Amino acid sequence: MRLPLILMATLAAAPAFAGWNDTLEAARGQTVYWNAWGGDDRTNAFIAWVGEETEERYGVSIEHVRLSDTAEAVTRVISERAAGRDADGSVDLIWINGPNFLAMKRQDLLFGPFVADLPNARYVDLSPGAPAALDFTVPVEGMESPWRLAKFVFTYDSARVASPPRTMAGFVDWAAENPGRFTHPDPSNFMGATFLKQALLELASDREVLLEPVTDAAFADQTAPLWAWYDALRPNLWRGGEAFPENESVQQQMLNDGEVDISMSFDPASAAAAIAQGLLPETARVFVPEGGTIGNVSFVAIPYNAANAEGAQVVANHLLDPAVQARMQNIEVLGSFSVLDPARLDDAAHAAFDALPTAPALPTLDDLGPTLPEPHASWMTRLTEEWARRYTR
Amino acid sequence: MGTALHPVNAAAKDGRLLRAAVLVTVAAGLVLPIAAGFLQTARAGVGVMPAIGAADVSLAPFVALLDIPGFSTALRLTLLTGFGATALSVMLAVGVCAAMHGRMSPRDSGRLLTPFLAAPHAAMAIGLAFLLSPSGWIARALAPLAGWDRPPMVATVNDPAGLALIFGLMVKEVPFLLLVILSALSQIPVRRHLAAGRSLGYGRGIVWIKVIMPQVWPLIRLPVMVVLAYSLSVVDMALILGPSNPPTLAVLLLRLFSSPDIGLMMPASAGALVQAALVAMAFGLLLALDRAGRAIGRWWVRRGGRGLSAEPGLWIATALSGILFAAGALAMLSLLVWSLAWRWPWPGLAPESWSLNTWTTPGSGWAGALGNTLILAAAATALCLVLAIAWLEGEDRARRGRAGWAEALIYLPLLVPQIGFLFGLNVLFLRLGLSGSYLAVIWAHALFVFPYVMIALSDPWRALDRQLPRAAASLGAGPWRRLFAVKLPILLTPLLTATAIGVSVSVAQYLPTLFMGAGRVATLTTEAVTLSSSSDRRITGVYATLQAGLPFAVYGAAFLIPALLHRNRRDLLPGAAA
Repeated sequence: MRLPLILMATLAAAPAFAGWNDTLEAARGQTVYWNAWGGDDRTNAFIAWVGEETEERYGVSIEHVRLSDTAEAVTRVISERAAGRDADGSVDLIWINGPNFLAMKRQDLLFGPFVADLPNARYVDLSPGAPAALDFTVPVEGMESPWRLAKFVFTYDSARVASPPRTMAGFVDWAAENPGRFTHPDPSNFMGATFLKQALLELASDREVLLEPVTDAAFADQTAPLWAWYDALRPNLWRGGEAFPENESVQQQMLNDGEVDISMSFDPASAAAAIAQGLLPETARVFVPEGGTIGNVSFVAIPYNAANAEGAQVVANHLLDPAVQARMQNIEVLGSFSVLDPARLDDAAHAAFDALPTAPALPTLDDLGPTLPEPHASWMTRLTEEWARRYTR
Repeated sequence: MGTALHPVNAAAKDGRLLRAAVLVTVAAGLVLPIAAGFLQTARAGVGVMPAIGAADVSLAPFVALLDIPGFSTALRLTLLTGFGATALSVMLAVGVCAAMHGRMSPRDSGRLLTPFLAAPHAAMAIGLAFLLSPSGWIARALAPLAGWDRPPMVATVNDPAGLALIFGLMVKEVPFLLLVILSALSQIPVRRHLAAGRSLGYGRGIVWIKVIMPQVWPLIRLPVMVVLAYSLSVVDMALILGPSNPPTLAVLLLRLFSSPDIGLMMPASAGALVQAALVAMAFGLLLALDRAGRAIGRWWVRRGGRGLSAEPGLWIATALSGILFAAGALAMLSLLVWSLAWRWPWPGLAPESWSLNTWTTPGSGWAGALGNTLILAAAATALCLVLAIAWLEGEDRARRGRAGWAEALIYLPLLVPQIGFLFGLNVLFLRLGLSGSYLAVIWAHALFVFPYVMIALSDPWRALDRQLPRAAASLGAGPWRRLFAVKLPILLTPLLTATAIGVSVSVAQYLPTLFMGAGRVATLTTEAVTLSSSSDRRITGVYATLQAGLPFAVYGAAFLIPALLHRNRRDLLPGAAA
């Protein structure tokens, strides 16, 4: 999709941001090492396309460092600091959120605040408490820039499963009727942990407590029903709950292989995308439990010692360009929902979003139900630790 | 006479110098960094990591390590898979040699083994994972017979006992050991011993165990130790085929090293020390067994049992090895098929639809990874070849054999668990500002390529007909001319074989590329392992096919080039010497 001319005109006419021109100037000729999870080919292709765009427009090229886990990039920055390399670091931009962001922010490993200085930030609702201003309830404070929306969904094959569970509690009965046909990624993986959090949100007696940093008492109190639920579910999981797929991609492969009947994703468009790619049967569909699911925003952050911090800001800004966001939301490209605030877009941008194609397996926003906020990041860490303590022998 | 002696002495002196220069290079490039890396890891392992404000020596990291859920299971798994894979591989390889020796020319066996040696561990593991999984090729073939409409519920890969990992390791290690044993056998008059043994009424298998193996064992002890060290500390294969909750120790450590919780680096370093101690203990055990075996063996040989019944054992070993080879071949084939598939759902034995899409999509980015892999392999292998030739030529000129410690030095990188020193080394390289550069990765590859190149080149070099350089010398050729005009052309076949081995070792490196390249230097192997945790087997298939195809092509060239250049020199053709 080419950029609508009118959009480019709006951009060009943007008020001159003090300093932004200096950033553009310094960024020219830089290569940004963008450390991002590399397990999804469509995302990889999208990042490659963004790189072509920024190269053409701003003279900033992108080198996608494909990670199998975001923590690898965090470790890299940490070992650089351990070695006293406080400038000229090897990581320029990280696709990050949740605990990794919290860890880096606490350790002062991030560059910024920089988000407010990005010209395209005016299309995003950054008011306190807005989804793009919070990451796992931790205030972002301009230290990372949003780029795509994530919402937890389940994927199932409608040819094999007539009626998927309607609530998280319902998974126990469903698994008892279909032993060995359901599993979740290992909780040491982000998606596995999210599955547990989703259940926690439904089963906990007081959701408000989950938004606060975790305490021993609150943890014991709120997670008791979760462990009872999990103990009932686990014997009927795939391989008796003794082994788990490494991540959601592997689980999607298992769904295609027929090893399980349900898989999960943080991208509502993933099922439609996988069908288009030949990776799932045509009959794959998406469902969410009643009462809604966890949603969050994916961010990009810049390490404190990034060698190409200016280039990284240019990339972060370009990711918020309405034309780029519309392309990202295109099911034929990536199908990730945009982080822009529709109220802040002009008519041309609205038209670009309205013209996007649709697909049978692509849910509408209404299908997806309400979006539940992520618990505070400290809950996730405690949850995965406790799970490992209970179920790893 | 006095004048004639002078140049010879000069050459010897020259040789000593060359030898010393090579030794210094190897020590500085090999031993020092490994030691320094270990020191860094050890410091972190006992709680000294100034960067995160830890300065006091304590056992806290070890306590934290023991506290990690599943640590003891991980330890048990590591021992089971490491020892299991090594012991079974040695037994099978010996059995096959006993059964097949003399029935197949070295040339044919070389051809048969080459693809298995060339295929990197990660590619093999990815292929085997598809072949063996409950929804894999074997299960799909059985599904119509058994009436499965869904994949059977058995854990055939990532099983909690690590059996799939043992199987995968064996697919790679049996061919390696076969090659090593075959080359050792060429130094022993096997036929005569066999004939003598049979005429005394011993069964074929018993002659092998009682007479030939005791002579072979000292020659293959070091390679077996390499296999043992590798099996105990393997990462890429264990990631793909091994259990996951908990995984083996090496994978557990990699997880700790890459955790967002910085504090975990210290228990991870402590774990790296445990891993090193584990390997050291395993070597101790092997040497103790060696001693015990000698005493028991002597008593056993003197007892004089004829043991005709060992024969079925040999055939079982051969049949099992046949299964391993077939599985390996099918695994590689499955990768190729996946790379050409579009939709391939259960229970289809072949893809529903085909596509060249993954090969022609630039988004999959295999071209860049292939380029990096080629650069690294070419540079590391060239560097190691030059060093190896200099070392061997130095030995020739100094007229000295190799000391035991020098032999150990060559093997050192293969015997020390990688995770033990790579983390510390990375910190060191970062301080020097070298991390993430091609040079750092080339050097790290050379560390592991050099031993194999030396091993591949040493025996043919020593087997060189000494008359030829002597004849050249008497015709007035100086030492350099003798090297370039006589020795190297004659040694073309072993040189190319060493190159092929070097390239395949470099292509297969996972942890060194990951750590030293700071993730910036993407090779076919790092990408294939990363992609193996994604949902698209078709792209994984492309990477793994290239990863296996590249070394295979080099091996092919190592066969073809001498065959073409030496087409009118029968005794120089590949396989002619052995």
